[in-house]
Amino acid sequence: MTTRPDVHSGVIHDIGYRPYTGPRLGRRYATRSLYVQSLRAAFGLGRSGKSKVLPFLLLGGMAAPSLAMLAIALFTQQREMPLDYVDYLASFSVLPQIFLAAQAPVLMSRDLRHHVVPLYFSRPATRGDYVAAKFAAMFSALMIVLALPLLLLFTGAMLAKFPVGDNLLHLLYGLVSAVLYALLYSAIGLLIAAATPRRGFGVAAIMGVLMITRALASITYALNGGFDPMRADSASWVFLICPSTLVESLVNQLFGLGLDNSATLHAPGAAGAAVFLAVLLALTAGGYALTLRRYRNV
Amino acid sequence: MNTTVARLTARGLFGRRRVLILLAVPVLLLGIALFARGSDLDRLDLAHSVLGTLALGTLVPITGLVVGTGVIATEIEDGSIVYLLAKPLPRWQIVTTKLAVAIGSTWLLSAVPIYAAGLILYGAGDDVALGYTVGALAAGAAYSALFLLLGVVTRHAVIAGLAYALIWESLIGNYVEGARTLSVQQWGLSVAEAVAADGAVLAPVGLATALWLLVIVAVGATAYASVKLAGITLGGEE
Repeated sequence: MTTRPDVHSGVIHDIGYRPYTGPRLGRRYATRSLYVQSLRAAFGLGRSGKSKVLPFLLLGGMAAPSLAMLAIALFTQQREMPLDYVDYLASFSVLPQIFLAAQAPVLMSRDLRHHVVPLYFSRPATRGDYVAAKFAAMFSALMIVLALPLLLLFTGAMLAKFPVGDNLLHLLYGLVSAVLYALLYSAIGLLIAAATPRRGFGVAAIMGVLMITRALASITYALNGGFDPMRADSASWVFLICPSTLVESLVNQLFGLGLDNSATLHAPGAAGAAVFLAVLLALTAGGYALTLRRYRNV
Repeated sequence: MNTTVARLTARGLFGRRRVLILLAVPVLLLGIALFARGSDLDRLDLAHSVLGTLALGTLVPITGLVVGTGVIATEIEDGSIVYLLAKPLPRWQIVTTKLAVAIGSTWLLSAVPIYAAGLILYGAGDDVALGYTVGALAAGAAYSALFLLLGVVTRHAVIAGLAYALIWESLIGNYVEGARTLSVQQWGLSVAEAVAADGAVLAPVGLATALWLLVIVAVGATAYASVKLAGITLGGEE
């Protein structure tokens, strides 16, 4: 039996499905959201209580000595802080390093392991935007950790009525050094973290690179006669191999801090400072470029 | 011991390109030993700073950390441990097998290069190289057991281990005398002191204390890790 076409012919009802016609917030909005979300993730905000413990412990550990110094300076009527701003960052450099090692994989490895990176790239934000947002977030998080104690120290110095101009200048030196640390650390940390989807391995690799180069630099420095009474400037070239000594010696040389003290690390001379700065910028740019390259296909 | 588990663990640890990263440590140590050989500094001081500070103080803990957490924490983190736990194997055997692999790898990656570096730097005299090697064997075993326990107990094993090695042993240990009594590194050093010739290596902790603490930490950590693994809950992502 044949059926007549008009009996079974379906009817398409318009039940009012409509495409989204509202405003599309676009690429910049997506990038900015990724930045804000990553920065919050770096401190464990918006995540479980457990993941807030470590970042805030490190932030507190970084700030606590400055509060102690502030108290000492206020109550013992000293003329200046026990540690200068730049020295402060150098003395407690291990805490921002642990912060970087712990949180860089939080930003990068987790996305890789759960295969959500392609989802990001299916939105208006491009690969370049993704890396830029993550870099900016890591940089900002490190800046918070590094600059908070400096600002506390400065507040303390103002409360204790230390000379304003001098303190302001040294605070600026400290902030410049914080920017350099944050730039270099972020570039290195994110590159290593992006290389592995395993968080634990990323943490160990970042810390391993920072610690081993540090140990290597100090031993090579000693081998080249860095601790001799008649210290040769050439020994200081080894500070190039370790991120933390690179920044520390560059900043000390640039601003002429502690030039008469043989225990302070220095880049070798003005030409040395230029080379150190060039290496620092090259490492940062290189790390950033390699991270970009890593996301070229995911 | 279970050979299959051991084989799989070793493959997880050294597979792919990971072995290249792990090999960086011994290569670095031998490189610096060769480099330092040409220096005109005092040989014994040099041996102390390379074998003591760099090797026993930095490389052994880092290797122990990567290997100790690598044998179990990565499996717990990515959830593949359930396939192992579902097998009819006592949990303590899983722990001891993985520990054996971890200790073996730590020894291979740190103690053996330390001996070679010691020979290059100082020669066999005064048993300095041998002392540091035995110290690294003892410390490496204790670190492996300790960091394997951390891997079972917490999801942040690497960070906790780093905090212990960096903040407690290095930072606080440098300033506070008492902290050295509770530091694996110093126990290893006192073993090194006992093996090396009189006065060649100095350690702040007595040998008897160090040996007892080493045994207690290694055995205690293994036993506790077995208990913890027996009742482990596999949590989700935080």
